Amino acid sequence: MSASAATAAPRRRLPRTLVVGLVVVGAIAILAILGPWIAPYDPQGFSMRMRLRPPSAEHWFGTDEFGRDVFSRVLAGAHHSLLMGFGATAISLVIGVPLGLIAAFHRGWVEEVVMRGVDLMISLPPVLLGLLILAVTEPGLFKTVLAVGLVYVPIMTRLARAVALELLAEDFVEAARARGEGAFHILVREILPNAWPPLIVETALRITFAILLGSALSFLGLGPQPPDSEWGLMIAESRPFISEAPWIGLAPGICLCLLLIAVNVVGEGLRDLLDPRMRGRGHG
Amino acid sequence: MARFLLRRFASVVFVLWAMTVLVFAIVHILPGSVAHMILGEYATAAAIAALEEKLGLNDPLPVQYWRWFSGLLRGDFGLSITMERPAGPVIMEALGRSAVLAGVSIVLVAILGIWAGIHSAVHKGSASDQALTLGQYFFIAVPEFFWCILVILFFAVWLGWLPATGYTPIADGGLLGWAKHLVLPVSTLVLGLIAHVSRLVRSSMLEAIESRYVLAARAKGLPERIVLRRHALPNALLPAITVLAVDVGILIGGIVVVESVFAYPGLGRMLIYAIDNQDLPLMMGGMIVVTAVYALANLAADILYAVLNPRIRVGGTAA
Repeated sequence: MSASAATAAPRRRLPRTLVVGLVVVGAIAILAILGPWIAPYDPQGFSMRMRLRPPSAEHWFGTDEFGRDVFSRVLAGAHHSLLMGFGATAISLVIGVPLGLIAAFHRGWVEEVVMRGVDLMISLPPVLLGLLILAVTEPGLFKTVLAVGLVYVPIMTRLARAVALELLAEDFVEAARARGEGAFHILVREILPNAWPPLIVETALRITFAILLGSALSFLGLGPQPPDSEWGLMIAESRPFISEAPWIGLAPGICLCLLLIAVNVVGEGLRDLLDPRMRGRGHG
Repeated sequence: MARFLLRRFASVVFVLWAMTVLVFAIVHILPGSVAHMILGEYATAAAIAALEEKLGLNDPLPVQYWRWFSGLLRGDFGLSITMERPAGPVIMEALGRSAVLAGVSIVLVAILGIWAGIHSAVHKGSASDQALTLGQYFFIAVPEFFWCILVILFFAVWLGWLPATGYTPIADGGLLGWAKHLVLPVSTLVLGLIAHVSRLVRSSMLEAIESRYVLAARAKGLPERIVLRRHALPNALLPAITVLAVDVGILIGGIVVVESVFAYPGLGRMLIYAIDNQDLPLMMGGMIVVTAVYALANLAADILYAVLNPRIRVGGTAA
């Protein structure tokens, strides 16, 4: 992992915090993928003789109320948080960016409809929107990811529209129009390639919030269901044992915090790198 | 200014109406019968038909919507299914308790967040600024529900200073008993938000301090204290109003989580209870009330912003 940092250094001077954040996120992603193979125990294997054991050499993070190995469960749950963060932001990008581009290109009533819809969705508190979507359906990982993704669609739409409006006034768009290019060509070939820096920055910063919202919804019981080991769910289930076996909740909680801090550091590092308005201001 | 107020107020009314349509549509159009959800999967066909008759679920959807919506306009939220009493008073009682939690939190966030931000900016690069900046990174990233676990573990389980969960009305436990139950929920709610606000105030204050009008004020020979207080601060605080309005949205999310963990009988816990038990009138009413509170908080922030910002106050064409 330090090799990637070393090869990246000579090409362009990447900020050290960004590299550290990327390494931590990368390490968690690798552990999440390798989880099923490197987990020392079956994450759902009961062992009544081994209930509520504190962390030890055999059970690094201890065991829970069913004698399940907390370390194996944390490993098995890692991909949920990553999916919530990256999957949900991908959904908001895939829906929000085309909407924003179309609104910017076809002014008039199309823009009016899209942007009033966006205003409406933004005027609801994010958690409420998620609750509303999840309230009436059976909970599950993909519904949570979808709900979180939909919550952030309006933000992406707004940003994509603002960026596209700026770019549509440029000469190269004028040239494309003069050549007789259609709407699709102009939006995909001319606007999109030039719009990505602010979109990437916003996406990277959104991932933190998507993980936070997704794991909070899971914590409330509106995400993956037991015996799944999503980290928010694990923390919720640990509550009755908080005094006798705090490690059941602390282990996934600390991992979640580590992931969130790392993702946030990467997002802010990217912003300092890519967003010219913020460049040189440090993390302000 | 009057036109601006009127337009903003109209948009609040529109948002609330649209929310009633959205909530109604999601609850009634998604697959699955409402009576089925209420009675559970083992209900007999006869029981479902009887309940559908009782709740008026056989009427056309627009008729059902109008019945619910016109009820809302009269302040009638319908009958809570699980409690079998009017949902309105249940919601309002819960709202009152949540309002205490939210009110105390937002005041603390405003005072401490702005203070910390100004302190960091004025003493940029000092040890306390660096400590605050590092703390911000940390506090923004730690989820509220994990904070809940940590403070319960620390202050309730290990130190035993404060009650972990529950709520005591002033009438029963006196002011102290009541306040004791607020300490942990409020402190969990405010930590992340203080970090958020102080970060923004720090950067806008830094921008103000490095501006030309502050340079001019210093060049006039004004004492540093006056320069900061009269020239830099008013400009730096304007963005704080916007961020506080955004934070009300985050605070609402936090309240849902915190009330569930601390078993605090407010609106957030009521919503989760209503969702878990498929108590639709309670859930729909609760969501409308939360939306109304959020919309009004944003309206208040917009008005405050317009009043304090001379560019909008004079120009009159507020966007």
